[in-house]
Amino acid sequence: MEKRVTFKGIWLPLLLVLPQILITAVFFFYPAGQAIWQSLFIPDPFGLSMQWVGLGNFEFLLSDPFYRASFLTTAIFSILVTVVSMGVALYLAVLADRLIKGSGTYRTLLIWPYAVAPAVAGVLWLFMFNTRVGVVSWYLGQLGYDWNHVLNEGEAMGLVVVASAWGRISYNFLFFLAGLQAIPKSVIEAAAIDGARFWTRFRTIVWPLLSPTTFFLLVVNIIYAFFETFGVIHTITSGGPQQATTILVYKVYSDGFVGQDLGSSAAQSVILLVIVSILTVVQFKYIERRVHY
Amino acid sequence: MATLKLDNVKKSFGKTDVIHGVSIDVNDGEFIVIVGPSGCGKSTLLRMVAGLETVTSGEVQIGGKVVNDVEPMDRDIAMVFQNYALYPHMSVFDNMAYGLKIAKVSKDEISERVQTAAKLLQLEPYLQRKPRELSGGQRQRVAMGRAIVRKPAVFLFDEPLSNLDAKLRVQMRLEIKALQRELGVTSLYVTHDQVEAMTLADRMIVMNAGVADQIGAPLDVYANPATEFVAGFIGSPPTNFIDASLVDGQSGRIGVRPEHIELSDTGRITATVGYAEALGAETLVHLRASDGSQITVRQDAALPIPGEGETRGLSWADENIMRFDASGLRQ
Ligand SMILES: Nc1ncnc2c1ncn2[C@@H]1O[C@H](COP(=O)(O)OP(=O)(O)OP(=O)(O)O)[C@@H](O)[C@H]1O
Ligand SMILES: [Mg+2]
Repeated sequence: MEKRVTFKGIWLPLLLVLPQILITAVFFFYPAGQAIWQSLFIPDPFGLSMQWVGLGNFEFLLSDPFYRASFLTTAIFSILVTVVSMGVALYLAVLADRLIKGSGTYRTLLIWPYAVAPAVAGVLWLFMFNTRVGVVSWYLGQLGYDWNHVLNEGEAMGLVVVASAWGRISYNFLFFLAGLQAIPKSVIEAAAIDGARFWTRFRTIVWPLLSPTTFFLLVVNIIYAFFETFGVIHTITSGGPQQATTILVYKVYSDGFVGQDLGSSAAQSVILLVIVSILTVVQFKYIERRVHY
Repeated sequence: MATLKLDNVKKSFGKTDVIHGVSIDVNDGEFIVIVGPSGCGKSTLLRMVAGLETVTSGEVQIGGKVVNDVEPMDRDIAMVFQNYALYPHMSVFDNMAYGLKIAKVSKDEISERVQTAAKLLQLEPYLQRKPRELSGGQRQRVAMGRAIVRKPAVFLFDEPLSNLDAKLRVQMRLEIKALQRELGVTSLYVTHDQVEAMTLADRMIVMNAGVADQIGAPLDVYANPATEFVAGFIGSPPTNFIDASLVDGQSGRIGVRPEHIELSDTGRITATVGYAEALGAETLVHLRASDGSQITVRQDAALPIPGEGETRGLSWADENIMRFDASGLRQ
């Protein structure tokens, strides 16, 4: 049963949540409202006048091939980031779970990347892969591979994916490890006695029992890839070459602040707002229903 | 079906020695109960037979083959865990069929074997349910069913009844015994409950801190405990221990079972009556000897109950005396 604290009046609870409400209002509701309002206008570049266009910004966006391309880029980018970061994290978690001693040390070490700010992580990876002075690109050169993410679209995408996924592995690892350790050891042993070897056990017991964790991480990582990778992309590729790594969030920035097309930028924000709302609803709906098997 | 043999089996976790060398020859179809207090190494011993723990030294043989380095799945055993360890995401049917599916048994045979086991265990109405939709006793039966369908050479049980309430425990105890008789499978059963051990075992291993103090048929062990520990552990209420110096001036300690002591006016020693528990068919009288040791007497309910604070004599027959030396060994 859920435990509820009950208050007598309405004023104390109201007072207690007030700071949170204020912060949300100032930093979320106000700008969100402004974005919705602005998406209905085309302002001139100096912000001196605004022209009412109704849903014109949206109509234009949805028929804009660049915007559609950015959607596809975002989809590819998010899927890759999610798959890479979750895959590596699960692999490490399975290894750490099998350790009896020292798993604490590995856990601590593996948490570190999470503490690195995305922009800093971006710069770090940029240094390693810098076409002229980067360590990794130098080694790749020695191996006869000419690395150049500034010109090559695939390499640019690969690099931002790896840099974004890297910081995420720790977070996923922690959840996967906790999920694995929540599976009773005796269930695994029973399966072993029943004749299941490692892979069979993983496929038929561990993976299904881990599915609530996996699903949770899936949603969280997609949200991350959609919205929180701005710093990485900005520092490494700035959305280039051409538009190869311009994901939706980056396009909001580049169209609005670089291109000064504030109406379109606001409309894009609204679309993103809708997407993140849907993802959040999906997440809560499924997470609330705890039992998945 | 197979014989099972432990030959001086030892186990250490790092520097701590947990099992100090246990040997036993188990006959085909025999029901062996490993009994002892918490932490004495019962589970560890069982898990070495299962292959879930490595054997530090000594040999484990199943069906005449040394299995020290054989994986659990290749030992032809089945195990029932204390917490049942059912697969929570599978139906009762799938729980029981899991091992058979992996062994690539045909669909028809799987279904037939599971049905047979379900019938035997009265689980037929629940085959499509998930474990969380079952009661404790039903889960216990599923765990049994999972072991039965595989027709293993040896059954291993690790305190399978300890999560059940007292009444259900008695009922399941009888069922397990009947089932084992019917199937005739060699079984190793761990419990800390000496009543369970007494009623289930063909022979029992009484463990004390990693040592098998005594191996034998329940009544033999009861009548002739090899050590002071066994005398104190097997039997309820436990054996009374009195300093021999108090009785006949010898060294060591004397053990006498509660049912072998009679209250009288004079006796071998005297003691002060504490309180009495009238249980209906019998009465337990608790007394304190002159050196402060606690003594329990079990007497027929028809006999008069002595009043608190009275001093009574205690007498017993010579043949009921069990003498133990300073190290606890029977003399
Ligand atoms: N993996 C392990 N590492 C270190 N020590 C262990 C390990 N497993 C068990 N032990 C120790 O070995 C001893 C015996 O444990 P075991 O689980 O066999 O006891 P038990 O007789 O089954 O007790 P219980 O009735 O409480 O289940 C205990 O002192 C325990 O602390
Ligand atoms: Mg145990």
